[in-house]
Amino acid sequence: MKAHLMYPDRDFDVSAPPPPLAQELVQDLELQTLIAAMADEDKVLAEVVRAAILDGTDSVTILLYRQAILRDCIVNEAAVREIYALVVETLETERKNYLGVAFRYPGAVLHRSVEVLQMLTGMLRRLREIATREAPLFRSEGFRNLFAMLIRELDDDYFARIQDHFRRLRFRSGVLVSAALGEGNVGIDYVLRRPNAPAEGWLQRIFGSKPRSYAFRLSDRDEAGARALSLLRDRGINLVANALGQSTDHVSSFFNMLRLELAFYIGCLNLRRALLLHQLPIAFPTPSSRATRRHQAKGLYDVCLALRIGADTRGNDLDGDGRELMIVTGANQGGKSTFLRSVGQAQVMMQCGMFVAAGSFAANTCARVLTHYKREEDSSMASGKFDEELSRMSAVVDAIEPDTLVLFNESFAATNEREGSAIGREIITVLLEHRVKMVFVTHQYELAAGFLDRSDSNVLFLRAQRRDDGERTFRIAPGAPERTSHGEDLYRRIFTEVATAEAATADS
Amino acid sequence: MNDAHILAPDKAKTVAYTDADAMIASFGSILFPDGASIPTPVTDAPEHFRDLNLDQIVASVTAGREEYDLAAFFQTPLAEEVSIRYRQAVMRDLDVAANTVVFTAFAKAMRTMREQRQQAAKLYYEQQKRRWLLHAAQTYCDAVEALRKGMIPLALTSSGLTGLRDFIIAYADSPGFQRLRGRVAQLVADLATIRYNVVIGDGGFRVFLYDGEADYSADVAETFAKFRQGDARDYRVRFHDAKEMNHIEAKILEFVALLQPEIFGRLARFAADDADFAHNDLVRFDREVQFYFAYLEHVAVLRRAGLSFCLPEIAVGTKEIHDEDGFDLALAAKLVTANRPVVTNSFRLSGKERIIVISGPNQGGKTTLARSFGQMHHLAAIGCPVPGTSARLFLFDAVYTHFEREENLQNLRGKLQDDLMRIHAILSRATPRSIVIMNEIFNSTALRDAVFLGHKVIERIIDLDLLCVCVTFLEELTAMSDSIVSMVSTVNPVQPAERTFRVIRRPADGNAYASSIAEKYHLTRAWLSRRLTAPAGGGSR
Repeated sequence: MKAHLMYPDRDFDVSAPPPPLAQELVQDLELQTLIAAMADEDKVLAEVVRAAILDGTDSVTILLYRQAILRDCIVNEAAVREIYALVVETLETERKNYLGVAFRYPGAVLHRSVEVLQMLTGMLRRLREIATREAPLFRSEGFRNLFAMLIRELDDDYFARIQDHFRRLRFRSGVLVSAALGEGNVGIDYVLRRPNAPAEGWLQRIFGSKPRSYAFRLSDRDEAGARALSLLRDRGINLVANALGQSTDHVSSFFNMLRLELAFYIGCLNLRRALLLHQLPIAFPTPSSRATRRHQAKGLYDVCLALRIGADTRGNDLDGDGRELMIVTGANQGGKSTFLRSVGQAQVMMQCGMFVAAGSFAANTCARVLTHYKREEDSSMASGKFDEELSRMSAVVDAIEPDTLVLFNESFAATNEREGSAIGREIITVLLEHRVKMVFVTHQYELAAGFLDRSDSNVLFLRAQRRDDGERTFRIAPGAPERTSHGEDLYRRIFTEVATAEAATADS
Repeated sequence: MNDAHILAPDKAKTVAYTDADAMIASFGSILFPDGASIPTPVTDAPEHFRDLNLDQIVASVTAGREEYDLAAFFQTPLAEEVSIRYRQAVMRDLDVAANTVVFTAFAKAMRTMREQRQQAAKLYYEQQKRRWLLHAAQTYCDAVEALRKGMIPLALTSSGLTGLRDFIIAYADSPGFQRLRGRVAQLVADLATIRYNVVIGDGGFRVFLYDGEADYSADVAETFAKFRQGDARDYRVRFHDAKEMNHIEAKILEFVALLQPEIFGRLARFAADDADFAHNDLVRFDREVQFYFAYLEHVAVLRRAGLSFCLPEIAVGTKEIHDEDGFDLALAAKLVTANRPVVTNSFRLSGKERIIVISGPNQGGKTTLARSFGQMHHLAAIGCPVPGTSARLFLFDAVYTHFEREENLQNLRGKLQDDLMRIHAILSRATPRSIVIMNEIFNSTALRDAVFLGHKVIERIIDLDLLCVCVTFLEELTAMSDSIVSMVSTVNPVQPAERTFRVIRRPADGNAYASSIAEKYHLTRAWLSRRLTAPAGGGSR
């Protein structure tokens, strides 16, 4: 029995190894904040959400499949949370019942398994009740299939059959075991048997020959015999105890699977709730195939920054259709990095099937998202800074395949501008030839201008805006790189302010 | 039922159930050819074993095969060339890897059979004892069949193994064996068909035959299988499978026997009639062939390290002997284990040469060569391959050794007296077919006495025409007679302090070693004069 809420045709594998450079992606896009908001202190949610975010898909079909389920979740939030709560309660009850010690007696295994199975059966009944009640209200293929399966597989006959097992497993009329003779005529191959039904018809019952048998009754004082008999009984029920133990595992693994398949959507609901609290917009993105080049956004904002400061941040609009390279230049502290993060976050969120932090968003999917950010000075100065940068770049190149999105933030700036931009230009040029989509944030005019000369239609230049008075607006808009660095502004402002202050002090 | 008892008592067991079987010729022994004299087994290690480290060799060769009690075979030299050749031929056959598989399997099966018999003897309940006896018989029958089948295609040349092959073919086809095999197989098959049910209640149980009742565990598993997401943990409890039954199990088995009276009746008759199923010649072969495998397995380890072994020619009536690239088998085993190289040495005596006098630097391999001389003669005399690429070794009547005894150092006079008494005893017992090995005699005696006594002893040895190896610092002894060969241990001229362990035939020259050590420590004349003329504090370099 499968839930298949993440993929139409397969399980969601939380334990799949993360893609290469996932740690860098989390760090550079500050995804930890996003994951924490989605998890809302639930460790399992955190784990699942992290896996889902890192293991995105480039399949538009799967993305639309998940989006439909997520829409159902938003509409029927109470019902979905009820199912999830039931699943979590079940698993926690099961865990409390779990005797961590090794089971050394089949009798103990059997006893504990029957108890837990009875609890699990009760939960299955409740699950079926919710499914029956809520099924009509859900629209998505994923949920309709799940509910139909629960109603079909967990019918009354099935529960009756389980009850029959519970009754038999009390062994009111003894334990029937078959065996064969092994080495030294010792009994082997003990198999618990279901007694044959009595012969049909009263004639056979009366005249049918009863099988020959020999009986033995222990004397009351025969304690060794009682122990031996009990040991024999243990051998007899060993396999059924195993079957029951494994059945318990199977049913609880079913609940666990349900939890993992639901967890991502619960995470989305949690995030939505958090953003709504600050009246931040969300939008279901429109993914297009990875062969296309689309990038359209209205009011795209850095969701992690928004969650952290708990307030509205002005978003950016972006019209990047058909572009393979976006170069973002402009004033320091002008919002370039925030913009770059929001582009990366939206891509990652879209590719796991959730809504994005924007008024609207459309983009092509990509094979994966990689980041190459300037790192703060490494405390271990084993290798030079530029050496370290290029070594990371080499790792990025290892992970690149066609239709990858690479986000560069002030890369190749750890050396002088001439060298850095020459190397940067060369790398970017080669990547472009290999269908790699890039957003490159840089304050280096030389590097950016290298592409200006080419006037390629697949390059989009963006610039952090500032007003004529030098004030930053923190908005990113189309614009070619400018030779002057706005560091001058900063310099001037700080030094002017300081100078003014000093002058004021001197005056007083 | 058994007419065989009219035969000689010691043959009684080699003949099985009927007259027809009595026609099978007995096989005899894989260690001793028919008709040859069998020497009295030497059960305690002889005196010279310790001096030659032969005790270590026997210990490591027989290690892991204690159950076969092989030491006496390795301690007892053969007196006749024909006996040695008999074993050498078997060795040659078994030194072919393709020929050993069948015997290794046979040995393994026979060991299993013995264990099963022991198990039968140990157990208390009759139905268990009988079944273990049946296991043993089944193992035995399979082993006999496998031996027959396996031996037929082997390319064998030794009379020992071809004789065994003739025997095993005749025996395996004999009506007696075939009947045993048939009975055993039928019983095994019939017992395997038995399925019974036990209903276990409170304080008692009931036993009846199985009648197709469904597997209830499978039913339960099937009910919940739909929830399966992956592999579940294994909840089966591992029971200690004791070979001994408790009285409840025994009671159940008793009931099963009552439910299957025909099969268990046959089992009882088998146990009564066929308990003594193994043929004595095969039992003997099983033990004796281990002599060969024990040695060859030991040799194999050393061969892998690049060392050679060869089957020596046996010198009878001549004392022209030699060995090329031999080594001390006991020392080599230790060195190979420690992954260290083994140095080989050669010797040759021709014409009138009888005595090897070994001198030269200490710890240069002198004693090792003397030991290996003795070892390889003993090994040749028990029919084994000896260290070396080619060898001719003397068929001796006795080996005498005289090695320094540390425990007798109380006073020098007592020790000298003891030495002389021991040498006297050796020389009075030795015959012209004896070998004498002397190590560092008169070491602790005044030089004058040592030279004198050394001469006297060697003279006696020359008179007796003995083969002798003598390790000594008395270089004078090497020049006494042209029956004496001088060998010296050597050092590496470039690294004089490094021992080569090479002992070569060369006139004794006591100075070579000392001057090379002096060279190394810059104490030669040239070095000393230079160092002494160098400015003070300049050091030696």
